[in-house]
Amino acid sequence: MEPSEIERRLERILPTVQKPGRYTGGELNQIVKDWQSIPLRVALAFPDIYDIGLPNLGLAIFYESLNARSDVLAERVYLPWGDMETAMRKESLPLYSLESHRPVADFDVLAVTLPYESLYTNTLSLLDLSRIPLFSSQRSDDQPVVIAGGHAVYNPEPMAPFIDAFGIGEGEELIHEMIDAVAAWKQAGQPRRDLLIRLAGIPGVYVPSLYEPEYHPDGRLSQHRPLVPGAPKKITKRILATLPPPPTRPIVPSIDVVHNRVSVEIMRGCTRGCRFCHAGMVNRPVRERPVEEILSAVSQALKNTGYEEVALLSLSSSDYTKILELVEQISQQATQQRLVISLPSLRIESFSIDLMEKLRGSRQGGFTLAPEAATERMRNIINKPIAGEQLLETARAIYSRGWNNIKLYFMIGHPSETLEDVQAIADLCKAVIAEGRKMIGKRATLHAGVSTFVPKPHTPFQWAPCDSMEQIEAKLNLLRCELRGPGLRMTWTDHRDTMFEAWLSRGDRRLAHVIHEAWRRGAKFDAWQDFFNYELWLDAFAAAGLDPGFYTHRKRAEDEVFPWEHIDPAVRKSYLLKEYLNSQSGILREDCRKHCHGCGILPAFARVRREHPGDIWKCPEVPRHTARTLTPIGEG
Amino acid sequence: MQRFRINYAKMDALRYTGNLDMQKVWERYLRRAALQVAYSQGFHPQAKIQQACPLPLGFLSGVEIVDIWLDDDLIGAQELTRALLNTPQPGIDIRSVESIPLNAPALQSLVVSAEYAVELLEPKASADLPARMQLLLDASELPRQRRKKSYDLRPLIEGLSLDQRDESRWPRLAMRLSAREGATGRPDEVLLELGLEPAQARITRTRLIFS
Repeated sequence: MEPSEIERRLERILPTVQKPGRYTGGELNQIVKDWQSIPLRVALAFPDIYDIGLPNLGLAIFYESLNARSDVLAERVYLPWGDMETAMRKESLPLYSLESHRPVADFDVLAVTLPYESLYTNTLSLLDLSRIPLFSSQRSDDQPVVIAGGHAVYNPEPMAPFIDAFGIGEGEELIHEMIDAVAAWKQAGQPRRDLLIRLAGIPGVYVPSLYEPEYHPDGRLSQHRPLVPGAPKKITKRILATLPPPPTRPIVPSIDVVHNRVSVEIMRGCTRGCRFCHAGMVNRPVRERPVEEILSAVSQALKNTGYEEVALLSLSSSDYTKILELVEQISQQATQQRLVISLPSLRIESFSIDLMEKLRGSRQGGFTLAPEAATERMRNIINKPIAGEQLLETARAIYSRGWNNIKLYFMIGHPSETLEDVQAIADLCKAVIAEGRKMIGKRATLHAGVSTFVPKPHTPFQWAPCDSMEQIEAKLNLLRCELRGPGLRMTWTDHRDTMFEAWLSRGDRRLAHVIHEAWRRGAKFDAWQDFFNYELWLDAFAAAGLDPGFYTHRKRAEDEVFPWEHIDPAVRKSYLLKEYLNSQSGILREDCRKHCHGCGILPAFARVRREHPGDIWKCPEVPRHTARTLTPIGEG
Repeated sequence: MQRFRINYAKMDALRYTGNLDMQKVWERYLRRAALQVAYSQGFHPQAKIQQACPLPLGFLSGVEIVDIWLDDDLIGAQELTRALLNTPQPGIDIRSVESIPLNAPALQSLVVSAEYAVELLEPKASADLPARMQLLLDASELPRQRRKKSYDLRPLIEGLSLDQRDESRWPRLAMRLSAREGATGRPDEVLLELGLEPAQARITRTRLIFS
């Protein structure tokens, strides 16, 4: 279908749907290149609605860097909301790109970002609305090559049959290499399988159709077998030695979206080593951007967008080496220009309040901290030490220095957590609000955000089971009863959402049947409360002949072969196991900026590290002999 | 402080941006142009940007007006225009900028009527359209409901005609509707009364008439 015809049909549909501005493109800073003269066309897709997808930083990075190439054009695709999907199907309108209004099926590459698992069914909708066969095996030579990346694909297996090639790890360089391979293949005019083999030869690329999983009779994975010589046994993630300058010309939507702001990543990775944290394990090593680079990116991006808000992103802002200098500099700019600056993930200490005070402009927002657990026992298990008294002291200081609301994040549902540990969360919240009342009276409020533990792949808890549904419910009930009363508020994750997240993040390739079956039965927008249907998913499991409990409630033996084991985040399994055992003995591990625990990242990227020595990585220098003794036997 | 009145056309995809979001579009446009927008006092200071005559979602317009207040005593209309043109906002075409007194009355209170051009996107409707239009103009009242409120559409229609000068195009309607506060005629309501589907029409505001 030609763009003019798509536009003709759109003009008739748009007045009938909610927020039609989601579907038009044409925003400030969008890049439209000449379709005819550019040999390689990439559709960048976020498989949720525009409002959620537009602010995604990953896609913004690819959008700028791909469009900077003269031989490539990159355009955006998001998923239509229900009303628009119905209208599009009724008018036989295929999914199209926002820039040139071309059908997605006309592109050479469809690149999908999968930051979290609840986008899996949406990805099938994306393919279906684009009129691209759902299964990789059914796609013909002239259909788009479907690639995917993002945090969720550190376990790619549940989506394996639907994706032609996964990019593992940081994509800034990798995506260009993948695009180059597609260009070369297109020029050579070879069959699709040749491209897949070509892609499999790029470090960091996983082509699932070149592998076959084999299972024990009891359902456990026995091995993940490469089918061709060119398919590597392990796919090691890609990293960048230093972070490239951040994008400075993001698209500014003409309608309200979830985050209307300039986002600049100040640091990648985290050295804290919290044992439940997927991001902290897979994003190693820690690399910081220089203060001047951040400031200059912020200024440029503000000039290019006119935004009134800036988010400085990282997994742990307090750990950014020159955080004080950065905050002082940026706060000057903030006051002059009436900017709101957000700085997430601050440590529980009074220095964090000093930082926030510098950034506080006209707005009296809340103050967010994440103690996660309330007993020393649990804190030792998850490796997030913080003294209870220190939290109370910090809370007192926050209330007394002008904030009325404190938000505390907790995580329940670790299998070794008892009801006493949960009771301690309630007691801690009550102690905090009591302090608040003492300081500022009835204005003091406390919001407890309670999430439930999911044993994520590539973390020390990958061997652990999920808590039972009954236990989770009992723990949530306890908190719901306790956290009542003036000034107290609690929000929580429903235990069914937790199970769903656990199935999809821990699944093997057979889970693709469940995803497909669930999608066929109408599952979509699973991240949205209004849409997620637990019963439907259970039915899909039954139809696929699989037991959901096999994925969530089984404690893994130490020698279990995980479905994600061929994907290597360069953190060793032996290190993760040691950390798992440490957690069981309640042994804490200090921040690895101070002391290397030998996770494996340095030997895996030894050459890169040699070429980029010193302070660029926050890994301490390790004497060579130590590094060698840390190398476990039988790895690799 | 100075106050300026900006006349502009709202075009292209921006027709699908509602008035609330247009406020933000303008705020960011002025920030990009490095203009010192004035802010209201109080706990939640707001940029002083005032749009006249809300334009329904999906409509195009050649005659939009916005008033802005700047904390800048030196800048002139010409310099302001240049600053805006240097950092164009897609969908906004600046037509003119004038300096107006700080205490000039709000635009909204001065508008009495608005004119619209309506292009029908489907040709099928045209055959008996003139007759239906005449019927409508001859009616003494046109009771309608909008958002569960009853009202009479007829007195809000000040003019309605068919423009078929250009045979190659689909029919175009010209409407002049009341635009007083509390007595605003909507072109889509007129289309519905004519038995036409508003979604099948491209509606452009072409003129604002002041008292």
